Amino acid sequence: MAASPVSTKDIMLVIHDRPKTATRPAKASTPRERGSFLSRVDAKGSPYLFVAPFFVVFAVFGLFPLIYTAWVSLHKWDAGGDAGFVGLANYGELFGDPDFWNAVGNTVGMLVLATVPQLLLALILASLLNQRLRGLLLLRMGVLLPIVTSVAAVGIVFSQIFDRDAGMVNGLLGLVGVTPVDWRADKWSSWIAISTMVNWRWIGYNSLIYLAAMQSIPRDLYEAATVDGASKVRQFWSITVPMIRPALIFTVIVSTIAGMQLFTEPLIFGQGTFAISGGSLRQFQTVSMYMFEKAFRDFDYGYGSAVAWMIFLLITILAVINFLITRRAK
Amino acid sequence: MRKSSPLTYFTLVIAIALSAFPLYWLFVVATRSNDVVGDWPPPLLPGGNLFDNISRLFSAEEANFLKGMVNSAIASVIVTVAVVFFSTLAGFAFAKLQFRGRNGLLLVILATMMIPVQMGIIPLYMIMVQLGWQDRLQAVIVPFLVSAFGVFLMRQYAERAVPDELVEAARIDGCTTFRIYRTVVLPALRPGAAVLGLFTFMSTWNEFLWPLAVLEADNPTVQFSLSQLSTSYYTDYTLMFAGALVATVPLLLVFLAFGRQIIGGIMEGAVKA
Repeated sequence: MAASPVSTKDIMLVIHDRPKTATRPAKASTPRERGSFLSRVDAKGSPYLFVAPFFVVFAVFGLFPLIYTAWVSLHKWDAGGDAGFVGLANYGELFGDPDFWNAVGNTVGMLVLATVPQLLLALILASLLNQRLRGLLLLRMGVLLPIVTSVAAVGIVFSQIFDRDAGMVNGLLGLVGVTPVDWRADKWSSWIAISTMVNWRWIGYNSLIYLAAMQSIPRDLYEAATVDGASKVRQFWSITVPMIRPALIFTVIVSTIAGMQLFTEPLIFGQGTFAISGGSLRQFQTVSMYMFEKAFRDFDYGYGSAVAWMIFLLITILAVINFLITRRAK
Repeated sequence: MRKSSPLTYFTLVIAIALSAFPLYWLFVVATRSNDVVGDWPPPLLPGGNLFDNISRLFSAEEANFLKGMVNSAIASVIVTVAVVFFSTLAGFAFAKLQFRGRNGLLLVILATMMIPVQMGIIPLYMIMVQLGWQDRLQAVIVPFLVSAFGVFLMRQYAERAVPDELVEAARIDGCTTFRIYRTVVLPALRPGAAVLGLFTFMSTWNEFLWPLAVLEADNPTVQFSLSQLSTSYYTDYTLMFAGALVATVPLLLVFLAFGRQIIGGIMEGAVKA
């Protein structure tokens, strides 16, 4: 589509470039005489050679670990090595493990707190940006600033902003008479602090995705609606939102997958000794942190692998639910 | 497209102020001294302690910050070059070359795009132990040399950006397939490849969980160093902020130089999805 400054212009360049690019290889006409056998080998073999690096590296470092995780999860397996097949015992233990379910609850809670405002605000921001504006590039770069901030840096900055004693949030709340909140101490408060980081980081990114989709909506739809007397708000919900549904589905699924893997922000927020357990009472430990704690702090690889598969299962379920909901809600 | 009202500008300015403020605050605290950071009202203008804080940062023993920066730079550059090379190569093959099993293999790539890396992290760690790569930089490089997302992206891009006739013409002129890639395909893919490269660089620079699992504090990446700062020196805000600032500067520079392409890339991707 024409909205992108990258593609159209450059494709045009490529097309204009054609005679030059096409004649250059023609100089090397010697291979033609090299016989048809070699060129047939080249034509048949090269495609496989070209895709091979991806599949080799992916098989070794991507697919194999994934499948092997299932195998490890069926064993008692620690830093000393494989201590025998235990069937589904790790999963049985996991189902009765309150710390695991606590982590699931935390993750889903923060997922909701981070995703819903994130996408709603992104939608509003996108519709503001979808107008005739001065300094368009500057505005777009402005909303994208958070995503170029190093992720651990985001954790550090917001940990300070939400600090009980030195933080700006408590300072502002104090102006309206709220007593200082110990943001790390409770579930609700730590979830809010962590979700704020996620929201802050991703609203601008999502708004640009929506903006791109909005720009491809035919303008006469709005003109017709205006003639029919539909208000701006009505137009937004009845034209804009349905028309950008593919982008909505995309962002909902991507942020769900990312949210289920939340790790860096809560870990940095935790600070000090209780970082990996997400606070002294596991107030904000996510499932990824729990997996990390089991595998790389307690060296219980078997159990950690069971957690990993459960995360995968949860992600799949949530992605499917999301997909069904967003597909039906027209 | 509606005409914009002053209210729109006002709201947008507020939104951008909110999105820029934490970055600004990062800079302010990094230039201050610890005794004023918690003051109310907060110090909103930069102070004169930036270089002092940065020199404390590079001498903070537990963080190994300089080494973290160098390691991250090396890893990000190698991973970026490799991902761009292998993705354009495979993307070209999937878009423009005929071979048996093409659609099946493409389907595998599509399916793997959604699988989170963390899933296989425990066996991946075991592999690293077997190879003797724990605490070695290649542990955070080699597994990330290829990217399913990159291959898919480049395939989509090549479909549109590489004219079939051009490939045909080069073939008739006797070019080998790799030569076609080098002289015809790569120049046409350059804008898309640039975007892929930028995103790969940023995500490698930001990689956190895996380095934390496989590396040690004496040979960290920059994000690992930051996490060390936040566990060992978490009362020393100006030190942590100086670290966060230094770790963000390379990304900001990339953004300032290639902001237009990055925005184009995000908006492109949305259209495809």
